[in-house]
Amino acid sequence: MKLDLSGLQSFPSIPGGAVDDLGEDLFAPPSFQLPACSDVPDSRASMGGYISSQSVKKIIEINPYMLGTMAGGAADCQFWHRNLGIKCRLHELANKRRISVTGASKLLANILYSYRGMGLSVGTMIAGWDEKGPGLYYVDSEGGRLKGTRFSVGSGSPYAYGVLDSGYRFDMPVEEAAELARRAIYHATFRDGASGGVASVYHVGPDGWKKLSGDDVGELHYKYYPVAPTPVEQEMTDAPAA
Amino acid sequence: MECVFGLVGDGFALVAADTSAVHSILVHKSNEDKVMILDSHKLLGASGEAGDRVQFTEYIQKNVHLYEFRNGIPLTTAATANFTRGELALALRKNPYFVNILLAGYDKNIGPSLYYIDYIATLHKVDKGAFGYGSYFTLSMMDRHYKSGMSLEEAIDLVDKCIIEIRSRLVVAPPNFVIKIVDKDGAREYAWRESIKDAGVSAA
Repeated sequence: MKLDLSGLQSFPSIPGGAVDDLGEDLFAPPSFQLPACSDVPDSRASMGGYISSQSVKKIIEINPYMLGTMAGGAADCQFWHRNLGIKCRLHELANKRRISVTGASKLLANILYSYRGMGLSVGTMIAGWDEKGPGLYYVDSEGGRLKGTRFSVGSGSPYAYGVLDSGYRFDMPVEEAAELARRAIYHATFRDGASGGVASVYHVGPDGWKKLSGDDVGELHYKYYPVAPTPVEQEMTDAPAA
Repeated sequence: MECVFGLVGDGFALVAADTSAVHSILVHKSNEDKVMILDSHKLLGASGEAGDRVQFTEYIQKNVHLYEFRNGIPLTTAATANFTRGELALALRKNPYFVNILLAGYDKNIGPSLYYIDYIATLHKVDKGAFGYGSYFTLSMMDRHYKSGMSLEEAIDLVDKCIIEIRSRLVVAPPNFVIKIVDKDGAREYAWRESIKDAGVSAA
């Protein structure tokens, strides 16, 4: 038995092959000259004042085309992202087509909205690539869902916004975007006590996500601000022998 | 912080709203459209908790569409207002939606109308109305400068006056606004009043 995997392609293949020249254009996947979204969270998990882990995967890989980020309650985020992953896969099997980022984020937002006021704590971004190109959504446990070009979530988010907004352009190249994102996380971890560990950067393109880097923010600090030998202002000298 | 206001003019009604999505001290987005085009001749401006606002307005929109599909005739603005009020009243003693609504519409033989509906299910037919912190300024402003049967230019002038007042007097003033109108030709976006531009795809 062979599984029908045609639904997993981004566009359904036309039975009987290409019909005429028109078909080529009509059914060709749309090409986008759009920048990809970069996702960069840090990796610190805190339990009250105690840092319980410095190496948490705060970017959750929902499927090869979609990422979720984690802020707020670790368990709530992890559980509901895994749950979302299941729902996305079921959608794929039922419809022979990958779920859109819009759809996936709304699936999550509707679940969170239905549990609103019951103590869930989730602040997340859903980033992915679908038939309409790149997509980025902010979803939280208060039931909010926003589409946008850049977001920052969590305790360090205001610091990250400061760096992100000052360097952001819609048409920036991937390398620049990745560096901006890394920088934003670094500066957030520098100022925010609850953020730290590793700054991981993911790139989501037409062929799915790829991890670009994972840097220890402590090492990033010395990369961005190398220790400069400070000139000695005054040196102690031996007291003249009396 | 949240400002939604609207008024009825000569042959049209208009709704203006701020476009900020705020979480405590953070502005997550400054081009969030809070005025929904309910159907071809209705506008629904909403303010309130982010989650409730989207869920409730979409729920109303889908039900208004369902009515039209089933019966082949759209609900009048008055009927929509009463339906919306009913849903808010039903929810009020169970699990209330914290949404305040300005519903503007245009009906044949009736003309333009504006309805004020708040989260405790108060329904009023009004000539002008406002919600949110901006209402402290815009209500008096509209009381002073509003005349019945204003032309579109006069109405837009008044809206701009209101926006200027909000931006200059309100501490937590939102930067951007959207203005939508509805008249015999339908409901549509009229203009944006932006003092900061969100880089990238506008009105994402």
